[in-house]
Parts: sequence; C-alpha cells; structure tokens
Amino acid sequence: MLAAVGALSLGACAARNDSGSGNNASSQSQAAAPQAAADAADPAGDGKAQCAPTSIAYAGTINGANAALGQNILYGVQLAVDQHNKANPGCQVKLEKFDTEGTPDKAPGIVTQIVNTPSIIGVVGLPFSGESKAAGNIFNSAGLVTVTPSATNPSLSQNGWKTFFRGLGNDNTQGPAAAKFITGELKASKVCVIQDDSEYGTGLAAATIQALGDKATCQDKVKTKQTEFSAVVNKVKSENPDVVFYSGYYQEAAPFAQQLGDAGVKAKFVGPDGVKDDEFVKSAGDAAANAYFTCPCVPADQFTKFSEAYKASSGKDPGTYSPEGYDLTTILLKGIDAGKKDRAGLLDWVKNYDGQGLTKHFKWDDKGELAKTTIWTYKVENGKIVRNTEIK
Amino acid sequence: MSITHDLSSLVLTQGGEWIKFDVDSFVQQFWNNTIEGLSYGSIYALVALGYTLVYGVLKLINFAHSEVFVYGCYATWFVFYGLGFRPGATPSLGVGELVLYLGLALIAAMAVSGGTAVVLERVAYRPLRKRGAPKLVFLITAIGASFVLQQILFIWRGGNPEQSIRLLRNEEQFQIFGGSVTNITIITVVASILLMVGADMFVNRTKFGRGIRAVAQDPDTATLMGVNKERVITLTFLIGGLLAGAAALFYMMKIPQGAAYQGGFILGIKAFTAAVLGGIGNLRGALLGGLVLGVVENYGQSLFGGEWRDVVAFVLLVLILMVRPTGILGESLGKARV
Repeated sequence: MLAAVGALSLGACAARNDSGSGNNASSQSQAAAPQAAADAADPAGDGKAQCAPTSIAYAGTINGANAALGQNILYGVQLAVDQHNKANPGCQVKLEKFDTEGTPDKAPGIVTQIVNTPSIIGVVGLPFSGESKAAGNIFNSAGLVTVTPSATNPSLSQNGWKTFFRGLGNDNTQGPAAAKFITGELKASKVCVIQDDSEYGTGLAAATIQALGDKATCQDKVKTKQTEFSAVVNKVKSENPDVVFYSGYYQEAAPFAQQLGDAGVKAKFVGPDGVKDDEFVKSAGDAAANAYFTCPCVPADQFTKFSEAYKASSGKDPGTYSPEGYDLTTILLKGIDAGKKDRAGLLDWVKNYDGQGLTKHFKWDDKGELAKTTIWTYKVENGKIVRNTEIK
Repeated sequence: MSITHDLSSLVLTQGGEWIKFDVDSFVQQFWNNTIEGLSYGSIYALVALGYTLVYGVLKLINFAHSEVFVYGCYATWFVFYGLGFRPGATPSLGVGELVLYLGLALIAAMAVSGGTAVVLERVAYRPLRKRGAPKLVFLITAIGASFVLQQILFIWRGGNPEQSIRLLRNEEQFQIFGGSVTNITIITVVASILLMVGADMFVNRTKFGRGIRAVAQDPDTATLMGVNKERVITLTFLIGGLLAGAAALFYMMKIPQGAAYQGGFILGIKAFTAAVLGGIGNLRGALLGGLVLGVVENYGQSLFGGEWRDVVAFVLLVLILMVRPTGILGESLGKARV
C-alpha cells in the first residue's frame, strides 16, 4: 500500500498542471504537487448510510490568537460533514464547534464541556500542541477519540493516551527536515534559531537546533503576544546569519520578520507550519517576500475537486491543514456510517483504520503516530504562499 | 562571535539549563538597546499618563485604559485604509504627503481614543459615582468595561489582527555611539516628549489644570470652592484618552500589526507598571517610569535572553517599590505643592 502512495506522488511529477494556483509557473525548482489519490476516502460514502442523529466536534482556536490556523481546519471539517450529510439523508451528523482560543489555560475547561456532552462521539482537534498537552488526559479519561490535524509536538504521543491520533508527521520529522532544507537548498552555514515560549515552538526549536548542529550559531527566545523585538533583532543583526528560523506562530512571526527586514538583516526567513498562513504574508509586508516555510502539510494544488468545494463553502482557498482536517473528519464519518454509534466504537474504528485519504495513507501505530509522513517546503511568490519542494 | 559567560551556579531554570549572562551581547548592543528602549518607553509613558491622571483625580485604576489605546490603534488603521493604502509593500511617499497623512491619523486616533475615554467615564463610572459606590466596585467595573470594549472590537472585526499597513519604512538616519537611530524613533521620541511637556504645562499652568489639581487634593473642598468636579473628571479622562490616541499612532508606526482586539493588554500592563514605577499620580513620574521601563526591558532581554524580558521589568518594579513605596518620584498630583 505504501508503495502505491509513493508511486502516486511520483506519477504526479510527470503531470505538471498547476490548476490550483495560477501564478507560479515561473519558478524553476518547484516540485509538482501530489495528485489526489483515486481511492481517497470520500465523506459522501455510498449515500445509503443509516444512523441515529449523532455529533462530532471541532475543538480549537476559532477566534483566539492565531485564529486563521484553526479556521483553515474548521472549514475543512465543515466541508466533510456537509458533503456527508447532503449525500446521506438517512444519517445526519451534527458538527459542534468549540473555541479553545488556542491557549493551554482555556482548553481544559472547554474539553471538559465536550466530554460531558454525551452526543459527541468523536473530536477533530486540538490544533495546537500546548493546548493538546493540557487537555489530552481529559479526552483519554473519557475515552473520547481525538484526531489532530496539526499538533506536532513529539511528546504528545508519549503520554500513554489511548485516544490521541496524529494525522501528520511530528516535529521530530519536521525539525531535521527544516535543518536539511536550510543547510541544503538554502545553503546556509550560519543559522539563528528564535523560538517562542509555546510547547510547539520550544519542541520544534530543540529538534531543529539538534539537527543543525554547529550551524545553529545563535539562539534567542521571545514570548507569545510579544510585538516589539528590537533586542532580538539587534542580536541577530550582529550575528549576520544566512537564515533566521523562527519556531512559533505567525502572530509573532509577522512583526518579527518585518522588524528584521527594517534593521537591514538580509537573512532568509524560514518559519514552520505555525507561520505558514496568508495572515503572515499580509502582515509581514515587504519582509514576506524573503520567507520560506516548512510544513508537514501536503499542497492542495492538485486536489481540484476538494479545492473547488472548499472555496464554494468557505469563500477562501484551502489553507494550511484544510485537507488534513477534511481527511480526518472523513475517517470519523466513515466510522459512523459503518454503524459505530458510541465513543468506544468510534475509538476502536480509528485505532484499526487503514485507508487512503487525500493527503496521505492513514494507519496509526499504538502510540497514535502515522507510519509514513511527508514534509513540504513553501515559499512566497507574488504575495501568495506557493509550494516549493518536498524534503525527502 | 559571542562568548557566553556562565557566571552563576545559583539558579536552575525549568529546562535544566543555567541562566546565561550574555555580557558580550549586552555590551555590543548597549546603545542600540538604549535607543530602541527609549523609543518604546516613550509610548509606555504616553499611555501611563492616562493611568496616572485618572488615579490622581479619582484614586481609580482605570483598567479599561488599555482599550482606549487599542481604539486609537484601530482608528489609525482605518485612516490608513480609508486613504487608500493596503497591506503589503510599503509605499514611498514624499515628506509633505507623509506629514499630511500621519497628521490626519494622529487627529483621528486622538479623537477616537479621547472620545472612547469620555464615553467610558459617562457610561461606566459616572453612574457609580452618583450612587456613591465603594472603591472596589469601580475597580471591578473598570475590568468589566475593559472586557466590553474588547469584545465590541472582537465581534466587529474578529480575532485576527488587522493586516499591517504602514506609510513609513523604519530606516536608520544616523548613529549614536554605533547605535542606530531610525526615523520612526525620532518621530516617536520627539513627539512624545512634546506631548508630555504639553500635558505637564496644561496641568500645572492653566486654569483647567488648577481644577484638576484641586479635585485631586480634596474633591469636597474643591467643589465648595466652585470647581465643577464632574467637568474636571471628564476633562481628565479626555486628556488621558488624547495622549493614548497619540501613543496608538506611534505604536502603529512601529508595529503595524498592532490593531488587534486584545492588543492593548500587555502594553496596558506595562504602561500601568511604568506609572507605578515613576509614582502613580505623578505626571513626570509616568514619563520617567516609561522610559526607564522601556530601556531596562531591553537590557534584561539582551543580558539574560528574550524569555526574561518581563521578569526583569517586574523585578525592577518590586525592587524600587521596596526602597521607595510611592515610586521613583512619589505621588504628587494629590499633594499640595504650591
């Protein structure tokens, strides 16, 4: 099965049809986006599913800090549920939305509310690592299955939680991949790694610094919600690195990148999946032109059917982790269609799931990690984030 | 290349690393950090004046003042947007155009912040005063008003910060001892000091200012002497709001991503700290407190690393309050000082 996935992504290299975003034909080194697998699970199913009315939930930031990252996922989840319900009149699944604001202090309260709502039998979320760490045990105690489309901190799967499943590669993959990209394709020999104080930022920075070895010549830390970075900027400027890697979220990355640019720092700016959003590009202004991203997310450029449906329902192009959110929701919906009607049944379904999705093949090990994951790099062209290369 | 000195084996941080004293970086970046610190500190100081004035007159810590500031940020953003500027690349404008547009933004931000402060006083605090509510109720109302103002922005504009629009690129103009002085730093520091001198003269030299000082000293006697207490209070909120509006423009010039519904929280806390540091109720204390706080924060960050930025600021506050419980310059607005 894995070989088949590999063959599919190789096959995609031959067909260079940039239907997803029109203005990127100029770039030379850009790798082709993977095609949607023909056997990718479809939330619509066969249209004959029968079930009692039941609910699944999205939990994550909707309006809090870094809201765009949560909204990308939410719209993907919403699309899958809508397609399912439209195709299956005999099986209506309700999507409940819970806003954790993305913070570790708010999430446990919201999650307690979710586990105490008996009608909810599966959850897509939580998107961020800090909140996942804070609330994961509540899900575990309640036996409520959670599939996360974006929390990448490696330690999350080491807690013995039976309900935690990660739909993408973790930062033990992203960190070394980022290092490989920075020193390989970007040819950097001096790298400044700046991290925020989140679970995600610190974990990813540690993995990246380790992989960079002695090429990580300077480091500093910033705080969530910080907007003024002059001391860090001055430090980076005196170091004169080739690349600045910012391990954190876009809300801080945007002003930081802009202030670096203003200070005359010419280094390329590389951010991880938490920075890869249009909000970063628009907010960093001139500085965004110099930015690259690493991300365990698969480019949606060739997922034409998905992209069109997504745009029709949300009014936007798919963002980071929209296809992942869609895939994971589809897995839960297929479980419900297959007759799972309680939390224990759906948990068992996800645990034993083995099937192809849009973004990748889904089959989890006993810790809730996927066997095979991919890391892509992205760059900014004409004010838009476009795919660059896959790091192998 | 910087050499990191591990001086102490006294404190172990959470991750098991030793606290590092990066003395080289501190020395190298001293002037850069000082200049940037003064620039940011003058924004703190402008906002701190609002806290200090209201405290001086009402003995109330107006926690909603940070939202008064944020409304100024949004006003600035809308002026830029209304003038036809959009997020993305920074336009290159002539000096005349720039002065005109920034002037418009300044007027709008000051008007919106001043208006917000006055409305806040009318709606939230005046009814309480009429009923003779205890002090604690004012404090809780202030926090509640802060949430209300935040949520209005949130419902209207959503959780994402407004995408950055800026008219002026932050560029180095000249150097002082190797520390670069940028155009925005010059504008911020010069304009802030002018505004603060203006506010100080207003309070100390004019008839209205005398009213403010009289109410601060003894509200009842001031009323008996023919001072219209309610009008003085409104005026105090208005001045605080106007200064916060000006601060909002300078802040948005420095950090164009600043128009976020929660964006005033940390800055508000810092400005409040600056006011306490200098001596709450003392106008010149707010100026001094703001500048000291801005500079010390940068020193601390450079010496210990970014995660210690706030720790250094608040440790400084604690140390100063231990030695001088009323702040560096003491409380003065309420003290007789003829």
